[in-house]
Order: sequence, then C-alpha cells, then structure tokens
Amino acid sequence: MSAPTYDLGKLHGGLRLPAEKRLATNQSIQLLPLPEQLFLPLSQHVGDAAQPIVNIGERVLKGQLIAETDSSLSAPIHASSSGKVIAIEPWPVARRYGNRAPCIVIECDGDDKPIDAMESVAGYESLTPDDLLLQIMRGGIVGLGGAVFPTAQKLMAAISGPLDYLILNGVECEPYISCDDMLMRERAEEVIRGAQILMHALQLSKCYVVTESDKPEAIRSLGEAMGKIADDRLILKQVPTIYPSGGEDQLVQLVTNLEVPSGGLPTDVGCVVQNVGTAAAIHRWINLGEPLISRITTITGDGISNPLNVSARLGTRVADAVEFAGGYTDRANQLVVGGPMTGKSVTTDDIPLVKATNCILVLSETPDIGPEMPCIRCGECSAVCPIQLLPQQLFWYACADDEKQLRKHGLTDCIECGCCDLVCPSHIPLTADFRQAKARMLEMADEKARAERARRRFESRNERLAADKQQREEELANQKRQAKSIGSAEIQAMLDRSKEKKEDD
Amino acid sequence: MTDKVSIAILVITSLAIVAGLLLSFAGRQFPANADDLIEQVNALLPQTQCAQCGYPGCRPYAAAVVRQEAEINLCPPGGQSTADNLASLLGRRELPLSSANEYTQTKRVAIIDEPLCIGCTKCRDACPVDAIVGAHQYMHTVIAVECTGCELCLPPCPVDCISLVPVA
Repeated sequence: MSAPTYDLGKLHGGLRLPAEKRLATNQSIQLLPLPEQLFLPLSQHVGDAAQPIVNIGERVLKGQLIAETDSSLSAPIHASSSGKVIAIEPWPVARRYGNRAPCIVIECDGDDKPIDAMESVAGYESLTPDDLLLQIMRGGIVGLGGAVFPTAQKLMAAISGPLDYLILNGVECEPYISCDDMLMRERAEEVIRGAQILMHALQLSKCYVVTESDKPEAIRSLGEAMGKIADDRLILKQVPTIYPSGGEDQLVQLVTNLEVPSGGLPTDVGCVVQNVGTAAAIHRWINLGEPLISRITTITGDGISNPLNVSARLGTRVADAVEFAGGYTDRANQLVVGGPMTGKSVTTDDIPLVKATNCILVLSETPDIGPEMPCIRCGECSAVCPIQLLPQQLFWYACADDEKQLRKHGLTDCIECGCCDLVCPSHIPLTADFRQAKARMLEMADEKARAERARRRFESRNERLAADKQQREEELANQKRQAKSIGSAEIQAMLDRSKEKKEDD
Repeated sequence: MTDKVSIAILVITSLAIVAGLLLSFAGRQFPANADDLIEQVNALLPQTQCAQCGYPGCRPYAAAVVRQEAEINLCPPGGQSTADNLASLLGRRELPLSSANEYTQTKRVAIIDEPLCIGCTKCRDACPVDAIVGAHQYMHTVIAVECTGCELCLPPCPVDCISLVPVA
C-alpha cells in the first residue's frame, strides 16, 4: 500500500556527494552509558534562553523540569538523569557566535530515577489541537533536524493558515550523518506514531513521510511500520539522493512541486515540515511521557575508531561519547559538530551534546584546497545553487558591503548549504563570506532600529522640554498679571497690616 | 515662407507658455520642502545626539547642513561613511572627516558606578535620549539599550561615577 512514489518536483542545482554514511550504519544504535556529569545549556534552541528554576545543591530527577520559559520563542529544559545540581555557570558549547554559554551542571547519582510526573497524556486524541500544542511545548521539543526551532511555536504559526500537507523529513542528505536513517530503521513505529500526533495537532489528513533513495533499509522498515499501524493518511515518498534535498524549502519543492516564496515559509504553500527525529520525540513525550532528554547522534569520521550511532542523554560531553566510540584514531585532526557541509568546527571536546547535535564528526585531515584565487566568473556556483541565487554576484556585493544589492540579490534566502564553496575552482569560501555578510546585514538593521529609537526619544524629549518651558512662562506671566491687577488701596491695606504687626511685636 | 516661420514661432511660444504655467502650478501645488531634505539628512546621521558637531543633536545639525551653515564632515560617530553619504545625497564635495573631534568607533554605553552616585540628577538632565533614570537624592541608573554612548553625561557628574564601557 505504501510503496515509494516518484512523482516529484524538480530541484535546481544541488550536488551528488560521497555519502560516507556506511561508516556508522553497520551496527545498531547503542545506548551511551550515563556520564558522571551532565552539562545542560540553557539555550539549546532558537530564541530566548530558558531560565533555571533549580538551585545549586538541589537534587533533581530524570525528566524533571529544570529550566522554564515564558518567552514566545523558547523551550524548557529537563534533567536528563537524576542527580545533584552542582553548578550553573558558563561552559564551552558549540555555537556560531561565542564559545561559552550558561549551563546547568548535574552530577549524576547513577540511579537514573525518573520523576513521578513522567506519565503519558491519556489519549492525545481527546485533546484540542491548542492543548496538544501546549503539551508539546512543555516537553521541550525542538526541531531535531539541526535548526532546533521550538516545535510548538512552529506548529502554532502554521495552524493560523490553510494547510494541505504534513511532510516528515527523513531525507538526511548531508554526508556522514546517519542518525535519522538509523532511527527510521530501528524505531520506524515511533516516527509514524509521532506523525499521527502531529496530524492531530495540525488537523491535517495527509502526511508524506519522505526519505532518500539511498536508505533502502529505512524505507523497508517505515513500510512495515505503516503496514502495521494501517493509517491510510500517511504516504511514503522517496526522493533522489541529491544534496541539499533535505533542506526544508527544497523538500517542499521536491514533494509538492510548489516553490516556497522568497522570505516565506513552507506554510505559505500549505506545508509543514518536521524532522522524523522530532516526530519520534513527540511520540515519546505525548504517548510515553518522556520529555526531550536524549537523542540519537552519529559519531563518525575517519578519526573515530569505531564509528556508530548512539542514543545519548543530552548534556553528555562529546569527549565521553567519543570515548564510547573507541576514542580518536591516531589520524584524528579536526572535530566538527554537525555534518561536513553545515557543521561547525570546534576546538574542544568538553562541549556537551545538545538537542541540536545530530553528528559528531572527526576527520583525519583537512584537505588542502589551495589558496583562494580571484573569481573567474565561471558560473559553476550559480549552476549548483539550490535556490537559484547568483553566488558570484553576491560575492562581489559582499566584498563591497553593498547591503542594498545583497538584499536585492536574495542573500537572505541563502541556506548556507555550501554547494557553491565545493564547486568553486578558485576555492573562494563563499558560504563563510555570505554568513559574515548576513551577520553584518543584521547588525546594520539593528543599528538602524536603534538610531530610529534614539531619534524618537530625542524628539519627544525636546517636545517635553519645550512644553515645560512654555508652561513655566505662562505661569510667570499669570503671576505678573495678578501682581499688576492689585490696586493701590489694597497695597496700602497690606502695608498697614504689616505695620500693625510690627507694633504688636 | 513667413507663414511657416510665424506658425513655428506661435507653436514654440505657446508650448513655452503651457510648460511655464504647468511648472509654476506644480511649484505652487507641491512646494520643494526643506523639511523633507532635513529629514533625509537626519536619516543618514547616527542619532547618537552627542552634539560633537557643535549642534544640540542630530536634527539641528541636519538642519544646519541643509541651510549650508555647516560642513558635512562634522559627525565623528557617523565616521567617514556618513560624511560620504551626505556628500552624495546633497551633491557636495566629499570631505575627510574633521579631525578636530576624536571619537572611538567601537560602540559604548554609559554605566553608573551606583555606590558612588549621590543622586544629583545632573546626568539625567543632560541625557539627550532620556536614557538615565533616577530621582533627586536617589541612585541613578542607565537604561543600557537606549544609551547612545554620547558621553554628554560625563562632564556634569560631580563625583565622576559614570564611565563608558564597550558593548559586549
């Protein structure tokens, strides 16, 4: 019933990359042992950081809420295991900007005792979509595909418009990463049950579960799970193995043949995209009562002795995870959090594994690509750009800091997939340049908003001062008028009164 | 022959009259507004309201520039780029930034060393953007997000408890 289908839209550009996924997929997902200490950053998601609600020295249980939030864009954090809070302090993390962020440090007691409240919602079908979304938010669920956007907020924004499809993203197009692949192979049922919850929350009756053609085991496993659950609202789809077909907008285009407008969201064309890992996490929270306290992470690369996928508690140090995977090989040279295309190179393995960590990649050596040369305008970059930008043109404008042209040429739509870098014969680090240009653009917009606020405050202050001055002048004039209106007889009377008073003294 | 010449003269003259009438009508209907230009100039200024140009704020300086009373290179926080932008907006000659004013380009905000503050309200009244709050004989503080780093609060402080720190 759910055979893969091929009626697909067309994706512009993209690359066929060597997958390198088999490294970590020939053994099943292993449970990473509990570490001695857990480091839970307060910000593991897009938006505002959560606020800690535990004190240092306090005992916490597995699944206990330890940081909550009342912001409209944020997610709560739960303790990944039982133990004692020993510190709330800055600790190295993998972030794009800055190297440290406040973390709650828990010393595990090894009992892994769950909190009593870890019980499932009895029958989510009886909940209204709004209540269900609220419940999803409480579970600390964020997009596990890598963007870590708070899931409940994404869904809330989505239900305000007309929707046609839910798309479950199991494409995982970036080389090396195989956590979603392994999840679909071994826990396909969780994915499908999560999809059902999502469909209920969104009141949708159609869901595409999409994966790439290089994952036959996952397709088989998903097919079996769908046969078992027998929900005919779900349709399995397969897309060709091209990077970056797993990008949200690219996937929508592939599956529905509709293009997400510039600056828009998939909801603009009636789609909501969720990662398969997110769906499984939602299932675990709503049906089993386990908040987001663990995730599957790929530990791979030719710098790792025994590459594999692990189910790790959030907050485990990368060093502990690497040790479990047999440690570094002698050739290990570069540590990357995330995939080789979009990941971030880090300098320490003290950083914790967080909600966003889909892959820990250790490479033996950075390929020597040679020095950066001038752009020769070959146009290779625009041929591979999945969103049909003109990277060579953007590059000039980025060099010249021409904000207007950068905007006009769609820099803000760049998904930083790295395809242009890879094909550039002059080895220009285009994506890095674009990232910087984007940051500068944000900074400038920020500066502009600040200046505008300062201008308004300055003007309103001037108005207030002018009004004050006018009021004072009017009062003065009033007093003068009153003084003038007093007649000479009255003045005489006043003088007499004061004379009498003096005589009395 | 004379007919043709007189027709030509007539046509050209009447065209000139029509165009003149149109232009004078448009001129009356949509007068060139100096205020618009001042706003445009003001929009290019950094709005720190620091008065380092010698005028009491960005808008007064903008007005002076538009009235040709001030040069375009007097704004240190805006830097050379602001001077260049003003030159191209107003069609004036590009000038190097006036070196009379020294200004660090890193963004800074004022911070009050609160235990030292005696609550004199002098800095509060000096702040051009109302970014300092405090009442008489009570400790004052700076609303950091609104502070433009203009330094105008430094000279009035009798106990020197205000310093400027770079924005993190």
